[in-house]
Amino acid sequence: MPINDKNGVKVWQVRDRNSQLIRWAMWMAAGIIFYVSWMKISDQTTWFFVYDAPRIAADIGGRAFPPRWSYISQLGKPIWDTLNIATLGTFFALCMAVPIAFLAARNTTPSKLFIRPIALLIIVSTRSINSLIWALLLVSIIGPGVFAGMVAISIRSIGFCAKLLYEAIEEIDENQVEAITATGATRWQTMVFGIVPQILPAFAGIAVFRWDINIRESTVLGLVGAGGIGLQLQSSLNTLAWPQVSLILAVILVAVVIGEWVSAKVRGAII
Amino acid sequence: MLKLEKLTKVYKTGDKALSDVDLEVGKGQVIALIGPSGAGKSTLIRCINRLVDPSSGTATLDGVNLTSLGSGALRRERRRMGMIFQEYALVERLTVMENVLSGRLGYVGFWRSFLRKFPQSDVDEAYRLLDRVGLLHMADKRADELSGGQRQRVGICRALIQDPALLLVDEPTASLDPKTSREIMRLITEMCKERGLAAIINIHDVNLAQMFVQRVVALNLGEIIFDGGPTELTPDVLTRIYGEEDWEATIETVDDDEEGEA
Repeated sequence: MPINDKNGVKVWQVRDRNSQLIRWAMWMAAGIIFYVSWMKISDQTTWFFVYDAPRIAADIGGRAFPPRWSYISQLGKPIWDTLNIATLGTFFALCMAVPIAFLAARNTTPSKLFIRPIALLIIVSTRSINSLIWALLLVSIIGPGVFAGMVAISIRSIGFCAKLLYEAIEEIDENQVEAITATGATRWQTMVFGIVPQILPAFAGIAVFRWDINIRESTVLGLVGAGGIGLQLQSSLNTLAWPQVSLILAVILVAVVIGEWVSAKVRGAII
Repeated sequence: MLKLEKLTKVYKTGDKALSDVDLEVGKGQVIALIGPSGAGKSTLIRCINRLVDPSSGTATLDGVNLTSLGSGALRRERRRMGMIFQEYALVERLTVMENVLSGRLGYVGFWRSFLRKFPQSDVDEAYRLLDRVGLLHMADKRADELSGGQRQRVGICRALIQDPALLLVDEPTASLDPKTSREIMRLITEMCKERGLAAIINIHDVNLAQMFVQRVVALNLGEIIFDGGPTELTPDVLTRIYGEEDWEATIETVDDDEEGEA
């Protein structure tokens, strides 16, 4: 009881004594867990390296600057590959995501009992594995190169795009669909006239948003041999060529900023 | 022409929306369907074009039993029943012209409709209808740029371009102001007269119904409890339909309106 009667005065508190005690116990437990975890991490850390970190970082930074500008002549093709991986990967992902989204949306799926769960399973499974891991798998299956990277990007993107798209499909105005059905239109005509116009803005938004993410993801795919600028990053890191590393990072930054600018423009134009 | 026999609809939730409705609508006859909210008016017209499947009973249009049709035959029959909706139900992101032409979807194949290559005769008819309702200059505007009254006119064009024999009209004026409501009701009834169409018009507004329609059918709790002319709607009858209320004012305004119109 939060209200106590003391000599006829009603004293009000947020919690009664028991719930107050429970809260204290919870905070206590959380504190102990934090302390124990901290000790564990601390025991396994070589603190000498950590104390040393600022000096090392400054050292690497010093070596990395100025970037080796002449190296840029060798980065043109890799960054072009990276952009292609992102763009084609997004394109193929969308081609597969659209039918999956229609099968997964409650209001368009042919069968809630059988097909919808399968579509949802595809969405969850492709979403749950990082594109770097897909790339790792695909490089061993279809060999290193740009193609493996593109496939990795598109597989990873299917679930993302399909999920957002099927949510958009479920939110459409059913009245418009009903009106088209009432004219005697077929299922496919109803889809083209009643549903597609309603989800088109969402579709465009999802496409450029994912493309924007994929530019960032495809820059690292080279680390596992799946093509793109990550390959150069990897070899520069291995040979401790810090001026090259800083130039690569700068190029990636520029590419990502341009990608983000384009996608913001496109989304602004449509929505 | 349209004949409903023992039409019954029980929803999955167990709600009985219609019970044993018998109704006959003659060729070119326009009827107003009135009744309190939840009386089953919307369900009734949706059971006719099977946007809702009736649980039992039959609906027959010119001798064709609508309730037992397979999907292909149902689509062919739906072409003969134009529907007009309360919230207009235009496809907001398509143009006025595309919305009107969507009334022809039952007549053209998938690819023609996908590529918007409608036959020239359909396009001509669409322009004619838009001109008739005074929206020719709006043909290329997107549907969501239009006002409520304009949207409903487009909705009427979409229903009429189907070349229907019957109009199913669901609360055409519920979202419109009083003046626009009358204009829309006038347009619908005029069109029915011009083309000899039968129509079932669900309507809340008893005044409007009395003003424009020669036969009124009242539904309450899924059953028809009144079927007669607009002048037969006495306070007693309205009390039976809607419940106890002072109805004199409602009926008096009708007389005023009619004098005003004349």
